[in-house]
Amino acid sequence: MRPFRYERATDAANAVALLARAPQAAFLGGGTNLVDLMKLDVARPELLVDVRRVTPRTIEQLPDGGVRIGAGVTNSDLAADPLIRRRYPVVAQAVLNGASTQLRNLATVGGNLLQRTRCLYFQDITTACNKREPGTGCSAIEGHNRDLAILGTSPDCIATNPSDLAVALAAMDATVQTIGPDGSRAIPLTELHRLPGSEPQHDNVLTHGELIMAVVLPPLPFATRSYYRKIRDRASYAFALVSVAAAIDLVDGQVRDVRIALGGVAPKPWRATRAEDLLRGGPVDEERLRRAAEAELADARPQADNAFKIPLARNAIVRTVLDLVEAAP
Amino acid sequence: MSTIAARVMGQALDRVEGADKVRGLAPYAFEHPVPEPAYLSAVRSTVAAGQITGIDCSRASAQSGVLAVLTYLNAPRVGTDDGELRILQSDQVAFRGQFVAAVIAETSEIARHAAGLVRVDYRPRPHDVELADAHGPDQLRVPQQIWPLFPIETDKGDVDAGLASAAIQLDETYRTPWYHHNPLEPHTTIACWTTEGVTLYVSTQYPAGVQHTVAEAFRLEPAQVRVRSPHVGGGFGAKLPRHSDVILAVMAAQLVAGRPVRFALTRHQMFSQTGYRSPTIQRVRLGADTDGRLVAVAHESVEQTSRLREFAEHATRATPTMYATPHLRTRQRLAALDLPSPTIMRAPGESTGLFALESALDELAIACGVDPVELRVRNEPAEHPLDGLPFSSRGLVGCLREGARRFGWQPRDATPRARRDNGWLVGTGMAASTYPAMQLPGTKVTIRATPDGRHIVSLAAVDIGTGTRTALAQVAADALRVDLDRVELRLGDTAYPPAAQEGGSAGISSWGATICAGADELRRRLSTEYGDTVPADGLEVTVDMPENQYLGRYVMHSFGAQFAEVRVHEETGEIRVPRQLGVYAVGRVVNPKTARSQLIGGMTMGLSMALHEASVLDPRYGHVVNHDLASYHISSNADVGAVEAYWIEEDDPYVNPMGTKGIGEIGIVGAAAAIANAVHHATGVRVRELPITCDKLLP
Repeated sequence: MRPFRYERATDAANAVALLARAPQAAFLGGGTNLVDLMKLDVARPELLVDVRRVTPRTIEQLPDGGVRIGAGVTNSDLAADPLIRRRYPVVAQAVLNGASTQLRNLATVGGNLLQRTRCLYFQDITTACNKREPGTGCSAIEGHNRDLAILGTSPDCIATNPSDLAVALAAMDATVQTIGPDGSRAIPLTELHRLPGSEPQHDNVLTHGELIMAVVLPPLPFATRSYYRKIRDRASYAFALVSVAAAIDLVDGQVRDVRIALGGVAPKPWRATRAEDLLRGGPVDEERLRRAAEAELADARPQADNAFKIPLARNAIVRTVLDLVEAAP
Repeated sequence: MSTIAARVMGQALDRVEGADKVRGLAPYAFEHPVPEPAYLSAVRSTVAAGQITGIDCSRASAQSGVLAVLTYLNAPRVGTDDGELRILQSDQVAFRGQFVAAVIAETSEIARHAAGLVRVDYRPRPHDVELADAHGPDQLRVPQQIWPLFPIETDKGDVDAGLASAAIQLDETYRTPWYHHNPLEPHTTIACWTTEGVTLYVSTQYPAGVQHTVAEAFRLEPAQVRVRSPHVGGGFGAKLPRHSDVILAVMAAQLVAGRPVRFALTRHQMFSQTGYRSPTIQRVRLGADTDGRLVAVAHESVEQTSRLREFAEHATRATPTMYATPHLRTRQRLAALDLPSPTIMRAPGESTGLFALESALDELAIACGVDPVELRVRNEPAEHPLDGLPFSSRGLVGCLREGARRFGWQPRDATPRARRDNGWLVGTGMAASTYPAMQLPGTKVTIRATPDGRHIVSLAAVDIGTGTRTALAQVAADALRVDLDRVELRLGDTAYPPAAQEGGSAGISSWGATICAGADELRRRLSTEYGDTVPADGLEVTVDMPENQYLGRYVMHSFGAQFAEVRVHEETGEIRVPRQLGVYAVGRVVNPKTARSQLIGGMTMGLSMALHEASVLDPRYGHVVNHDLASYHISSNADVGAVEAYWIEEDDPYVNPMGTKGIGEIGIVGAAAAIANAVHHATGVRVRELPITCDKLLP
């Protein structure tokens, strides 16, 4: 671990200004991922700007029926919030499926969305990694890649995004509100993270100094019937091999709307729009679900160790949506 | 021999140091308060084999607070032939992750930062790190020695003819991966040189072993080395052999003589510095008649070792002890690779070997149409199948029957995939287990009786978290025929008489037998010299562990039966184990509370072995890449269902005066096979390579 400076931001504008002046600075939220990466010498910030006191820690209902979640809300508080649990159960379930109680008590919503991949090679500075050191090569493609991505990869990087929360938020069409050197903006959650292409070092579209202030969930009445299913190598405290966030709006047995997003399979939370489009306007049954899932996964490009994720994701999509339908009143 | 009367033994007492541990008052090695400590941080090689061509310490040395940088150019020469311990003695690199330099500094943060600034250049040479079927006989060798008591390879009858003539034949290969011990407390040392020698606080399972190793390496008399290990936070075998971290700490302390040096390995470093269980490739061939009676058993295992220190997992070890058969053969081969050395890990040999053998027995049961419990009963030997010696006690059949009864084994439809529950396939499985009942040499004990009725019992034994401090005091109380509060047990310090290691499930048996001998000697002297009255200045006796006159006349083993219920999701392959049940024949149980913890701990480690644990080697680099507890999965609380451990009454007059057979290891043995067998019953899929993960069970 290298020596670094630490400053506590006085307000959001101050936080942005502090970072804008220092190219090797980083925002500090709960620190549950960043501090680990600093110990591993993967992250080498010269300045940490603590934003825990300047990012909102409240969850509030909006006039249009949506909900705004402050970026400083801890994962534990988010998962326990009655409004979230009632209106967007998939969000609370996703959070509770991640990490451990101790980590969730510290980790913030903003930090959760910006956590880095857990690719073993990214976290090991003695190996090559294009995300950590652009141009050095990807150790994972020819190495241990059982946990890594099958969709949206590039010849330079096959890392997965590890967030469970982001998968649920992607399914809900959440937006991220930021403040940065160029002012404020709203970014759809599905556009926050980027695919690696030839620049895997950039996980997301935020500019240096841009700070997430809140996540907004739009009103989505049928999300009261939503579910997060995570499949992993042990029953808790493991990243997803495959996860599915789903919500469905059934009218007279016909799919009026459906939301499906996948985790553990791609460098970003993977909104399964192709599957959704195939399901809308028809009945929901195992055969249609299977075809929709297969269409979504048609472009999957597995590595040596992770071809199993294709049938696993297909079956997980089918089972998650069927469970939602069968649990319906 | 008859066993001593149990008054305090058999009581389910709380750990005597439990409250201190809960309150953080029980100091572990690293935590001992020492004046002006310096801190050590190590630099590890980034090539798997080769030569150091240059080391630049200038940036590290220039850091404020850095006291010294150790490399092979300035390190003290050590007097040991053990290649694993001969660190910083030359420019050669024998495995990736080997210590090549270290920084001593005023704080651990400075030391760690400066260690990252040491630049080492290498001329790598091609490395060979993969244990594979491709290793032909030319690259494989028979191990030179096996940890105590066991023949390396065995032969009886004509196995090939037996196999060829058998009505039912089975020939399968089973694989187990690397495992790392991962005790919660990392390997830690404090070393301080004084004019008299060196004093160490070490997290170890064998204080006397550390004492002798350090004395040899640094050319001291053993009496000049004092090792203190009052509390140890787990070991599982990793802290039995001496590792290079202790050598490095003593070297560093020599460079800053007079100042204590604190050294704690990081979790990453524990994946290259403190040993591991070798992967195994095991071929099992069974021949049986149509009733399932074994005609021939052949078990071969290929394992890896390092080029520095030989260690054989010896997965074939238990096979000759298990079942009656006229024809038997075991074979054992090692590949020496450019890797760190494997070592003892909870039930070395038995836990890996019985995964293979007990999986094969399950396959045989199916092939013969015989119930798996009944199959094992049918093959129960009257005496040891290899040498014909009687067993001192053999409770396998009793465990099988009692386990089947408690588990509710019957009625059982043996058909795979026959039970479904709400999308989950349900199955049950079982396996047998065994572990040798041993006494390890090297123990002395001093007992001092005082006129006020106290008995101070001292030996350099160690409690690694198992409850030894409590159970051994119970043994001492009964040996001395006094109440527990009359016994003061002093452990964990080589200032006391030497004691054998805490390993081989033999701690209580070795140390307890010596305490019993000491109590006899104390009584004899009190009776013959002092008229049964303790003199005013007390009376002290010191004795060696007595020879067991029954060794070589009886074969001494614990046995057990493991049962498991599993649920496998039909569509995703997810695996849950709602229930494990084990019944054991382990002789006398000294403390039912701590014994139960040992047994369910072993079973949980067996669950972890079955479903989760595997160290993943990247052969290009030559190191384990999942080297942290986020990616090296150990069963979490949510994975562990009901775990029940029971034991049957067993009075074994031959093992030792307490009648104890050891309980630290048998709980893991067979547990993975029981789960694998249950997975087959649930799904019809036979997984012969651990761990059993969902991808192997996907439809």
